[in-house]
Amino acid sequence: MDIQSCVTIINEWDIVAARQLGRNVAKELGFGTVDQARITTAISELARNIYLYAGKGQICIDKLYDGGKAGLRINAVDSGPGIREIRQVMEDGFSTSGGLGAGLPGVKRLMDEFDIESSPGQGTQIRASKWLR
Amino acid sequence: MRIPILKLNDCLLVSIQWELDDQTALQFQEDLLHKIHETSANGVVIDLTSIDFIDSFIAKVLGDVINMSKLMGAIVVITGIQPAVAITLIELGIGLDDVLTALDLEKGLEKLQQELGE
Repeated sequence: MDIQSCVTIINEWDIVAARQLGRNVAKELGFGTVDQARITTAISELARNIYLYAGKGQICIDKLYDGGKAGLRINAVDSGPGIREIRQVMEDGFSTSGGLGAGLPGVKRLMDEFDIESSPGQGTQIRASKWLR
Repeated sequence: MRIPILKLNDCLLVSIQWELDDQTALQFQEDLLHKIHETSANGVVIDLTSIDFIDSFIAKVLGDVINMSKLMGAIVVITGIQPAVAITLIELGIGLDDVLTALDLEKGLEKLQQELGE
């Protein structure tokens, strides 16, 4: 891992900024257009979750180097209300906001690795990585 | 910035040329419905050729505006969905079922004429 770049998410414009950051890093690392779209979409879902449910948080993009492999990791952190039922939010179609409920299970499918930690009242941290093939 | 909506005979043409933020998407929803009302258009083609990703929010706004237009009596055809967009939408779990689509603007207009029985 070398550099980390972050975007603070407070309003809707920050969602756009986070997406652009992710897309630029994905391009730099040499991801193709389909993976760029997957990464951009995943960032958009995670950033919107922060904006909708936590009010404030951060999206950080790491470049990963593991042996001969390179990849990108999205780190979405907030200190919002947290998620009580992680199993429920990982189900397709579950939504408390009137959205499509595609968010988190969708992000998991778009990325190669997905990891969520959350404590009610303390916040949520989600890490999702994609490796270059 | 607002998305321009063009009138062509009894149809409306929309080409989304830049990355949509939430406000622009919601503004577009309202603008399109007003334009349908104003012009009595009975068909709409929304071209997404320049769009390189669609997240669940944009997908919901698009799906909603298609249904809202239908309520007003206008048929919507979506055109120009890129391969990367089709792949990510399905992986995300969004099929946009029951939505009329075509490969490009030209085929979209043809489809619209067929649907409208002209």
